[in-house]
Amino acid sequence: MPQAVTLARAQFAFTVAFHIVLPAFSIGLASYLAVLEGLWLRTGRQVYQDLFQYWVKVFALVFGMGVVSGVVMSYEFGTNWSAFADKAGPVVGPLMGYEVLTAFFLEAGFLGIMLFGLKRVGPGLHFLATCVVVLGTLISAFWILAVNSWMQTPQGFRVDAAGRFIPTDWLAVIFNPSFFYRLPHMVLAAYLSVAFFVGAVGAWHLLRDRGNVAARTMFSMAMWMATIVAPLQIVMGDMHGLNTLQYQPVKVAAMEGDWETSRAAPLVLFGWPETEARHTEFELAIPHLGSLILTHDWNGEVKGLEAFPPDQRPPVPVVFWAFRIMVALGFLMAGVGIASLILRRGGRLFHARRLQWLAVAMAPAGFVALLAGWVVTEVGRQPYTVFGHLRTDDSISPVAMPGVAVSLAAFAIVYFIVYGAGFAYLLALVRKPPVPAEPGPYAGVPMRTAGITPGPPAAETLGDAWPVEPRP
Amino acid sequence: MMTLPWLDLPLVWGGLIAFAVLAYVVLDGFDLGTGILFAVERRTEDRAVMMNTIAPVWDGNETWLVLGGGGLFAVFPLAYAVIMPAFYPTIIGMLLALVFRGVAFEFRFRAVTARGRAAWEFAFLAGSTLAAFAQGLTLGGLLQGVRVVGGAYAGGWWDWLTGFTILCGIALVIGYALLGATWLVWRTEGDLQRRCRRHARALGAATLALIVVVSLWTPMLNPTFAHRWFGWPGILLTSPVPVLVVLLAWGFWLGLRHGHHVTPFLCALGWFALCYAGIAISLYPYIIPPGITFRDAAAPPESQAFLLVGAVVLVPIILAYIAYAYYVFRGKVQHGEGYH
Repeated sequence: MPQAVTLARAQFAFTVAFHIVLPAFSIGLASYLAVLEGLWLRTGRQVYQDLFQYWVKVFALVFGMGVVSGVVMSYEFGTNWSAFADKAGPVVGPLMGYEVLTAFFLEAGFLGIMLFGLKRVGPGLHFLATCVVVLGTLISAFWILAVNSWMQTPQGFRVDAAGRFIPTDWLAVIFNPSFFYRLPHMVLAAYLSVAFFVGAVGAWHLLRDRGNVAARTMFSMAMWMATIVAPLQIVMGDMHGLNTLQYQPVKVAAMEGDWETSRAAPLVLFGWPETEARHTEFELAIPHLGSLILTHDWNGEVKGLEAFPPDQRPPVPVVFWAFRIMVALGFLMAGVGIASLILRRGGRLFHARRLQWLAVAMAPAGFVALLAGWVVTEVGRQPYTVFGHLRTDDSISPVAMPGVAVSLAAFAIVYFIVYGAGFAYLLALVRKPPVPAEPGPYAGVPMRTAGITPGPPAAETLGDAWPVEPRP
Repeated sequence: MMTLPWLDLPLVWGGLIAFAVLAYVVLDGFDLGTGILFAVERRTEDRAVMMNTIAPVWDGNETWLVLGGGGLFAVFPLAYAVIMPAFYPTIIGMLLALVFRGVAFEFRFRAVTARGRAAWEFAFLAGSTLAAFAQGLTLGGLLQGVRVVGGAYAGGWWDWLTGFTILCGIALVIGYALLGATWLVWRTEGDLQRRCRRHARALGAATLALIVVVSLWTPMLNPTFAHRWFGWPGILLTSPVPVLVVLLAWGFWLGLRHGHHVTPFLCALGWFALCYAGIAISLYPYIIPPGITFRDAAAPPESQAFLLVGAVVLVPIILAYIAYAYYVFRGKVQHGEGYH
């Protein structure tokens, strides 16, 4: 059923691509909220509490959407990949079971207190609840990346007579060779994505009102993250790439667009990989640099795609282009971080309108890079689900093409409606500037009788809640 | 490699998964029931109160569904690999319905216009109802049996759609609505509570009638079920079930008549637990009738033992902090209150 496989892959790719953005958002934003609340409790400065109230509304929205798209994922392994579920379930299933037991319940149990409970439990316990939610998001990342990394670099198992993967060493399964590269790479990506989103919102409001203290604070915090995390992520990405070269060299060959094995592998900047002709057209390349980056040796040998049988190669153009998008955005983000560092000297950060416009434009940069990175690693794993051991064609459910086509269409329609609306509500939230005595997440319209619109609570307190700073 | 040879792992896990699914059914049952009751509670102020009774806890309640599904994947992968494709349309339908139900909580708060708010209230009603109906179809389809050849689903497109499964779908919608109504009797006051008492009376009668019909129909689906219920010595185990249902019905009506706040809810939960026990009695030892027992479907002991160690430690902790979350948000929810 080749067509059913294609549609099932499209459905999984579609649903997981929508989903992955949301937990990444939650991971980054939960940590940011914990920092804000911690700073508020420590310094007592109103602006931190206001920023917390401002971003916790976004968090509630994003988390809710992430929960429902995540429930879909946990069932799709069975509905569309039942052969995979049956064969790899004994290894993959318990790891996901641990994710539910250690992370999902933790997040869900304390999220209610974080969103609704400040008045009921007091600031100390509330901060604890926020920190527990942060811990939940990170534990969740731990398990799901253990699962994903095992599918990329499987070990610690044997295959029984029925073709099932039987775990023989759980530590080897969890701490598989790519895990310690993929986990930090993903967590840093989540932090960077949220930093650029927060930075864009801060920049937008600074462009309108340079004196808005909360906008200044969030923009400055976001730019510090860009300065520190973006270069760190580039180093992490390089290390991850070397790890991939060691365990999945065919994926690296596709990322680089190298067809022939060479001791002077070029670094291909741009080009058009032609799968039929086994050649990259219009190549713009720097000789030897590929060898240098991948082997840290001027004449290091890099295997080309030709070294692998055609039925073991991933789709080259997708991997090749997604990789370039990710890397380009990564360097762009690092550039913004460095520019912001330079502009801090002499206090020019809040006056640098060009940087602020650039930051606004780069609101989705982190998320796009993150999605591109997942395309590189997941499409690069093809034609396998469990790399080298279980082919995607042998992982599929016995659900025929029309059924998958209908469900794919249903997912597309529902997700565009629901996430389209969610995105509109998200933009509406961040379009409003942060104000002193920022209202909490559930103050306002639906709780009151229709027709009475309460005035903004900021009106009376404006000016004395935030220290008045001289307008430039 | 730890395999805990002294323990009957498949049996222990069968019990744990059954517990997770029951926890889901009763906890998300009153959430979904609250949504279903939007059909008769149309005033936006009342709807806000209804939603606020469950807003801080619904996410935790839905997590039991992930544990049920994820747990099946982990410890009975064959069952997961057969059930999901067999009920492809009802599972996907349930998931999409739960998407609408889940986002409605936030989106309703964020909607700017009255029309937008009404649209998400409708999404909440429709999502809750469809999710409940799809769960009933799936349960009914499982009870009537699944065609399996060579460890994979071998039935047709529409096997899950029969008179029996539709009846189960309706029964679950009504039953969840009953849970929702009794939950609201507990957690609200004033006019809304009075009306919910009235809903509970009607829904209680309907639920009892449906329990009787489904209970009489189920043994006719499969001679094993009939023998289990009416043969010797099964009847020793089965006969207390209907007796207890009647006793709870007595408590339910007394509780409603005397204006109790919690009794009707507890009695409705009792009905669900008894029906669930009845299903378990019918199915045992099959996880997918007529051919696959829970032992056939079990993951290797290496997998079951590994997850069991965590479950034994973590499930009590989870129950403790969930109880704490319910404790934090105890008491009646009032009009105009949003926990802020």
